[in-house]
Amino acid sequence: MKRSITRLLMAPSVILLLAWMIVPLSMTIYFSTINYNLLYPGRNNFVGWMNFEFFITDPGFWIAISNTLILLISVLVITVVLGVALSALIDKPFYGRNVVRVLLISPFFIMPTVNALIWKNMMMNPVYGIFAWISQTLGFEPIDWLSDYPLMSVIIMVSWQWLPFAILVFVTALQSQDTEQKEAAQMDGANGWHIFRYLTIPHLARPIAVVVMIETIFLLAVFAEIYVSTGGGPGYDSTNLAYLIYNQALLQYDVGVASAGGLFAVILANIVAFFLIRAVGKNLTV
Amino acid sequence: MAYLNITDLQKHYDNYHALRGINLAINEGEFIVFVGPSGCGKSTLLRTIAGLESSTGGTIELDGRDITELSSSKRDLAMVFQSYALYPHMTVAENLSFALRLAKEEQSVIDEKVKSVSASLQLDKLLERKPRELSGGQRQRVAIGRAIVRQPKVFLFDEPLSNLDAALRVQMRLELARLHKKLGTTMIYVTHDQVEAMTLADRVVILNAGQIEQVGTPLELYRSPNSRFVAEFIGTPKMNLIELDNVVRENDTLHLQLLNASIDFPVSRTHGPLPDKIIMGIRPEHMHLVETGGDLVGKVELIEHLGSEAYTHIRLSNDQTIIVKAPARTSIKDGEQVHIQVDRNEVILFNDNNRVFSVIAEDASHD
Ligand SMILES: Nc1ncnc2c1ncn2[C@@H]1O[C@H](COP(=O)(O)OP(=O)(O)O)[C@@H](O)[C@H]1O
Ligand SMILES: [Mg+2]
Repeated sequence: MKRSITRLLMAPSVILLLAWMIVPLSMTIYFSTINYNLLYPGRNNFVGWMNFEFFITDPGFWIAISNTLILLISVLVITVVLGVALSALIDKPFYGRNVVRVLLISPFFIMPTVNALIWKNMMMNPVYGIFAWISQTLGFEPIDWLSDYPLMSVIIMVSWQWLPFAILVFVTALQSQDTEQKEAAQMDGANGWHIFRYLTIPHLARPIAVVVMIETIFLLAVFAEIYVSTGGGPGYDSTNLAYLIYNQALLQYDVGVASAGGLFAVILANIVAFFLIRAVGKNLTV
Repeated sequence: MAYLNITDLQKHYDNYHALRGINLAINEGEFIVFVGPSGCGKSTLLRTIAGLESSTGGTIELDGRDITELSSSKRDLAMVFQSYALYPHMTVAENLSFALRLAKEEQSVIDEKVKSVSASLQLDKLLERKPRELSGGQRQRVAIGRAIVRQPKVFLFDEPLSNLDAALRVQMRLELARLHKKLGTTMIYVTHDQVEAMTLADRVVILNAGQIEQVGTPLELYRSPNSRFVAEFIGTPKMNLIELDNVVRENDTLHLQLLNASIDFPVSRTHGPLPDKIIMGIRPEHMHLVETGGDLVGKVELIEHLGSEAYTHIRLSNDQTIIVKAPARTSIKDGEQVHIQVDRNEVILFNDNNRVFSVIAEDASHD
């Protein structure tokens, strides 16, 4: 009796949430099994696995998957390692620390499109970019980053965008680190490195897990930076799964294949999440 | 030459003078307690000795070596913190062995030491636990064990028992006393609790506003405080401080006049002329309730029965309140008129600077 009332009262929100998830998912599944090209309206016949076959056999498919994973892992490593190092550095009081902190955090407030434009035009441009100017000043040939190292360029942009998030989380975590523990370690004969290695890093395990999980969700779907800077090219060199789907849906107007691609993205996200949560999630249950 | 020598130690924070010239000599094996009200600089002094705060003047010498500028890791001291400061990600065994592992001791030596320390502190069944899986008393023991394992020259304790409940505190106090007997290592212990100070210390250092007020054995401080601050700080209930109406000197006798009474006692030594204002200090157990006569008369306001004894709060006719110790089964009631006899040998006098200016002959024998 009591339970059925509880269920009844919970029902609206559960149903709403379920519908919120189920409707788009089932529509995607439905679209992925029919012939649905915006250029040929009306011919929406059932085609079975054909859209999937088409998406998988696309020459860019495996490249896109590997690019997605390379991008994900590189950015995670860069932001976590640099984030821990930088936040440990600015944890000690020094003159102008607050200004440095604000400067370190601020890239997070810049829109991804603007970020990509800044890097593309101001930093990496082979003619008037700052990198080119540095190379020339030092007597080297300027590098055309976006065409020669497209994926690396995207990794740099995205890392720059996400490093502040990691720093923000780590700085906050470091402030909650017990100073008496550090002093106890000092009295036990520990130097700065020992304290960092044996106290700070374990203390940061949980924040690192949080950063990795949250960043993963967003990094699997990086799009704006690629769209604005390299356009996925040259060839498929900087195309990730999200960009490939966009390519199918909007450049080739094929909603069916794009939906099939979307389902691949869902599967990939789940696989990554599965391993990630197993690897990292155990840190969260303290 | 003492074991630990502190000479004119100063500590300035940005705009606060926390230690104002501390001079202290501690012998090897002594149990020293720093005691004083909150904010008087006890922790600062201990942390400066530990090297966790840098001093801004003066020197610290340990075992013939100047350690004033040495980093805390090289001072050969171990500290037990109020929060215990156990390493939360390490097991009890790892906590105990951390310093030894950093010092790159042999694994067999480490195991041996951890084993013997954990056995002596009843931690052997907890070695694989993390600190968060321990009770307060167990954490406390791990913190102490972590200090013992290193066999330091001096142990430093900063209010180690203040996070424990009353029963456990008494028990740990005994264990610490036992530990000091067993190890014989010099210990410096900070507390704001004068009972801990009195029960544990070989010598007590009373601090007040960044300065040492008095150093002595617990009994010395109790029986002959050299200032009003010490007299009030040591002993519960507090020493009674009674403003006298007048003091008249007649040869070798002082007549302390208060209300209708005149309390006479001999003077062995006085420092200079009599001050204008004189405060008489007398502990509750050195006054007695008598049927008739006595020195003072007052009205009982309140009786605190402690079981083994009773403390009567008495208001004198000039509105001063004093506390007198009475036997446990006293028949006195609230509101009753009582006569009070003052034990002349125990009277202490303070001048207007709150310093003792005269000590009674018979009582000066112990110092
Ligand atoms: N880091 C600091 N900066 C400024 N003042 C401090 C600092 N640490 C302690 N003090 C001041 O020094 C005085 C003594 O502090 P402390 O030694 O902790 O007192 P306690 O005797 O209670 O242990 C206090 O008045 C405190 O406000
Ligand atoms: Mg303190």
